[in-house]
Amino acid sequence: MNESSPILNISIFGVFVLITLFVVIRASRNNKTAADYLAAGRAFTGPQNGIAIAGDYLSAASFLGIAGAIALNGYDGFLYSIGFLVAWLIALLLVAELLRNTGKYTMGDVLSFRMRQRPVRAAAATSTMAVSFFYLLAQMAGAGGLVALLLGITGAGGQAIVIAVVGALMIAYVLIGGMKGTTWVQIIKAVLLIAGAGIMTVWVLGKYGFNLSTLLGAAVDAAPKAGEKILGPGLQYGATGTSKLDFLSLALALVLGTAGLPHILMRFYTVPTAKEARRSVVWAIWLIGIFYLFTLVLGYGAGALVGPDAINAAPGKANSAAPLLALELGGPILLGLIAAVAFATILAVVAGLTITASASFAHDIYANIIKKGREENGNGGGDDDKTDEVKVARITAIVIGLVSIGGGIVANGQNIAFLVALAFAVAASANLPTILYSLFWKRFNTSGALWSIYGGLIVTITLIILSPAVSGKPTSMFKNADFALFPLSNPGIVSIPVAFLLGYVGTILSKDKADPAKQAEMEVRSLTGAGAEKAIAH
Amino acid sequence: MSTADHTPSESAPDAQKWADVQASDDFKELKQRLRKFVFPVSGLFLAWYLLYVLLADYAHGFMSTKVFGNINVGLIFGLLQFVSTFVITTLYVRHANKNLDPLAEKLRNEIEGDGK
Repeated sequence: MNESSPILNISIFGVFVLITLFVVIRASRNNKTAADYLAAGRAFTGPQNGIAIAGDYLSAASFLGIAGAIALNGYDGFLYSIGFLVAWLIALLLVAELLRNTGKYTMGDVLSFRMRQRPVRAAAATSTMAVSFFYLLAQMAGAGGLVALLLGITGAGGQAIVIAVVGALMIAYVLIGGMKGTTWVQIIKAVLLIAGAGIMTVWVLGKYGFNLSTLLGAAVDAAPKAGEKILGPGLQYGATGTSKLDFLSLALALVLGTAGLPHILMRFYTVPTAKEARRSVVWAIWLIGIFYLFTLVLGYGAGALVGPDAINAAPGKANSAAPLLALELGGPILLGLIAAVAFATILAVVAGLTITASASFAHDIYANIIKKGREENGNGGGDDDKTDEVKVARITAIVIGLVSIGGGIVANGQNIAFLVALAFAVAASANLPTILYSLFWKRFNTSGALWSIYGGLIVTITLIILSPAVSGKPTSMFKNADFALFPLSNPGIVSIPVAFLLGYVGTILSKDKADPAKQAEMEVRSLTGAGAEKAIAH
Repeated sequence: MSTADHTPSESAPDAQKWADVQASDDFKELKQRLRKFVFPVSGLFLAWYLLYVLLADYAHGFMSTKVFGNINVGLIFGLLQFVSTFVITTLYVRHANKNLDPLAEKLRNEIEGDGK
């Protein structure tokens, strides 16, 4: 690591911040209404939004985490990326277009469409914030580790300051730029990230005569302990029956979680039509797929050129595989560039999460529950007063920003992949069943929606608290306590089927009838796009 | 109007209109065409993904079988997951452009055309 120059790393990152801030300020000049602030005026094109989705989705966990997992555990790391990619087919085939046609700003719009508004919106906002919070924690915790590696700041205090700076920057992006500014940050970051990974991939392959088999052979030679095992599955998850089951559980959460991630769902509202929403998913699938192919090469490349021992010895361990590979290939300058991209990745994902959580609070809780309640009591403002919603969204963004800075400092050092898998498990259990039922099942009703959201949420979080990830093992959060009654670290294999079942049982047991008129309206709207929110022309 | 709210206060004739469209043959056809594609294909790719995960989880020997050079069955199957994802994406877009969009547009024009 002695070739690495913290000053160079900080300078390159500073340039990125300046450029993006400039773009954000320019992009925000036309922000007037709630649709501008929360949905970017619905004026992005499919390809632009597709790149932004890739930017939102390819978090530090994807880039540093997967490359590192492949470098250390070989094939088992590759399995993550396949789950993350295949998941997009659910978004493409079952969710994106129908959601775009029926909603305005949030997941709650769609879930509450034909239900009783208040309870379902409150539930949708609760689970949106739960998922976003876990995801935010993961990113902020990751920022701490990354800093240790790239800037040579190893003290907890110094890392806390850097986490606070990342948080403050994110709040600035979101406050100034709203959804439009945030989207541009995602686009810039996605282009840099994919281009950077692409260049490194070609570089690595070039060293091995563009022969994947030769590269794999070199990775085997560089890993004396694991040897040939890094080419096949099982190194990380194959040890015992429980760990195999744990992997199956994780695989389910990954493939079913993506289409329930609120910050991804919200991106579909930034385009003018369902057709553009479809185009954006197609762009996202290609970009994300190609990126994961890059990480396969980068992971084995890091294994071959840096070696597992050097990676394990570096601060940040697995997460440092990709940066160390950059240093090995192109010296301090390439390391600086990749480091800046990794920072940008965290910053952009965090900004996307913050705007989603604040939009959900402003739109679902404030505008549709608190304010409507006041109006019904005869002392509310006029309906044209949409700027209120923006004001509330801005204040919420600041609160969420501060909470996540605090949470990030506390969670610093926790396993990023674990926290992200948690967010996916909650999304797959609480959100996806409810979304699919409300789009495709005629009888689904308010009580079913509440059962599947709250039920999914409660079961998932309870199982996580009772899992060995939280207590009972040397690697747990609480090492000295043992209340791990549930043997798996990932709850998906239990919580996802249970949530689907709860949605079903809650529906058929309830005396509540589904509203046939609203069901007709929702179905016709979702398939035809009639009456869907249009783009705003400035 | 972009600010029009679609919360429950729609007037009765509107509700009637949505119900009429839902009962129309064109709409039923559109719904059929969508579901006939997305449900079986979703089942198929989820089954293929699950098969892959189970093989990777429980059939280590098989997945580690070398096919050529250092390329083994597991890597080929993994890359095939990428291929199938790309192929399904392309097929769906073709299906939607050809069979779904024109019908959806026709219905949309009918609904929005008759003086909202």
